[in-house]
Amino acid sequence: MSSVLPSNYLTPTGREEAWRFTPLKRIAGLHDPAVSVNDRISIELFGSARAGFNISTVKASELPAKSTTTDSIVQRLRSEVTEVVHLKIDNEAVINEPILLKRNVGNSGEFSRTVITAGAHSKASVIVENTGDGIIGEEIEIRVEAGANLTFITLQEWGPKAVHMGRHHAIIGRDANFKSITVTIGGSLVRLLPTVEYSDQGSSAELWGFYFATDGQHLEHRVFVDHGIPRAKSRVNYKGVLAGDGARTVWIGDVFIRQNAEGTDTYELNKNLLLSDGARADSVPNLEIETGEIVGAGHASTTGRFDDEQLFYLMSRGIPMNEARRLVIRGFFTEIIDKIGDEAIQERLMSKIDSQLETLGA
Amino acid sequence: MAQLVIKGLQVSVEGESGAIEILRGVDLTINSGEVHAIMGPNGSGKSTLAYSIAGHPKYSVTEGSVTLDGVNVLEMSVDERAKAGLFLAMQYPVEVPGVSVSNFLRTAATALRGEAPKVRTWVGEVKEAMSKLSIEPTFSERSVNEGFSGGEKKRHEILQMELLKPKIAILDETDSGLDVDALRIVSEGVNRVKSEQNLGIMLITHYTRILRYIKPDFVHVFAGGKIVEEGGPELADRLEEKGYAQYAKA
Repeated sequence: MSSVLPSNYLTPTGREEAWRFTPLKRIAGLHDPAVSVNDRISIELFGSARAGFNISTVKASELPAKSTTTDSIVQRLRSEVTEVVHLKIDNEAVINEPILLKRNVGNSGEFSRTVITAGAHSKASVIVENTGDGIIGEEIEIRVEAGANLTFITLQEWGPKAVHMGRHHAIIGRDANFKSITVTIGGSLVRLLPTVEYSDQGSSAELWGFYFATDGQHLEHRVFVDHGIPRAKSRVNYKGVLAGDGARTVWIGDVFIRQNAEGTDTYELNKNLLLSDGARADSVPNLEIETGEIVGAGHASTTGRFDDEQLFYLMSRGIPMNEARRLVIRGFFTEIIDKIGDEAIQERLMSKIDSQLETLGA
Repeated sequence: MAQLVIKGLQVSVEGESGAIEILRGVDLTINSGEVHAIMGPNGSGKSTLAYSIAGHPKYSVTEGSVTLDGVNVLEMSVDERAKAGLFLAMQYPVEVPGVSVSNFLRTAATALRGEAPKVRTWVGEVKEAMSKLSIEPTFSERSVNEGFSGGEKKRHEILQMELLKPKIAILDETDSGLDVDALRIVSEGVNRVKSEQNLGIMLITHYTRILRYIKPDFVHVFAGGKIVEEGGPELADRLEEKGYAQYAKA
């Protein structure tokens, strides 16, 4: 086990660009080396083992992270965890039913690292369901090998007190396709880094996200797509709904097209729907381009209130107000939820959101 | 037999420097089976009349009454007006992203009929109505009005009218932006619903073109927020010839 002194990484103060939106007081010391956090693994496979993949626990030193990170919490947990969960999808395996991983952190604290390897030319989808009311710092590094197709779904269905600091980083190989769907509807404070880098040409990434924040929740998603090799593609589409006093969301969309990344094709979009006056959504798309030899690069961001014209239109056809509102709100984000492709999960998420909206009278 | 009665209707909207009066006393009665053409120049208040009857929150009724079969429409919420039998085909139908046409139609029919239509008959009903309006079957999976062409939007409005079976329909410039083929399809749809359901129609238009397809029983000229002249179909012919200049305010 390697031991890293606290001085090897910086403790955020809140003044850093990466931390300026995050309420550090509420992150329960995950960033503070003076506060100890359990090295613990609560993620586990749901259902029995099947052909085409294997899940194991290995020593952290045997499976070091391949990517670099500047995030101090991730640096800290990398230095502290002793074991790593490794989900390995066999080369050329085609797995039709999603691989479901469940993680219930209960009420305790946890630092954990997970590695998912999608073997060459494999095709699979992985769902991570997060529940519980604890405190977690975690990293999932996803290695999508040549020609592989991986769909990676994380569902943050935390309890009202949960704190979640996470990095979900994909390294995408030659001609590989990575699709992620990040849904965050629970937790007191969630700060996720859905990030992507490419290790070879012809690769593509689609990052979809939906977050729903109510009273006092802080939900932050900091997307980063690092185009460092030629001819790769990325699409980012995150949507958020905010309802209730003090509901707070942050979306950062950083796309970096490096000098050698010729032929890059990227577009990112963030839309927020504010249902209450006391809610606040920050949306910051950043596009940094070092080469002009690209196919396309664009971004768009909108944050708006509920559209009364839509409500009027539906009501003028006899649909009562509450139902019309529900249709419009669902219509706003259904595009993202439908990407999950599992009707039972989609319906569960929808009804959780519906019942919260009903409680809020939004 | 249904009857929509508008009496002394005055309507204003909230402007930056206070309320602006738009309708200045409108009187109009529409019975089942009748077609009333409301014609007038832009800005005369025709659309305001349509939206006020449908209950758009932007417009405040300051005077007068609107009743449907003797029941006060102005006290009803927007959806209650639809349930009472009113329908507004909008000039600019609103896009509702993420809500499919089929879901929208079924939800509206369920609300209006008080129970969900039986799946088997409903699907057939929708299919038939769509084919009569030359609407592609794939249309039902698209989001309401999103990315529709002008003609598709208008056909979609008439499709709703056909399925939701109102007593009185207000068609707000349904003809605007339509080419001749689309105008013919839409007009045939309106005439079909009228004859099958004995629909009463308020047909708001700027041009006389649509009146060659949908024959009005009455023509009302609208200017300055009220009806300034009334007559039969021959009045439309005169407008075609002379235009609205004669009604411009001195």
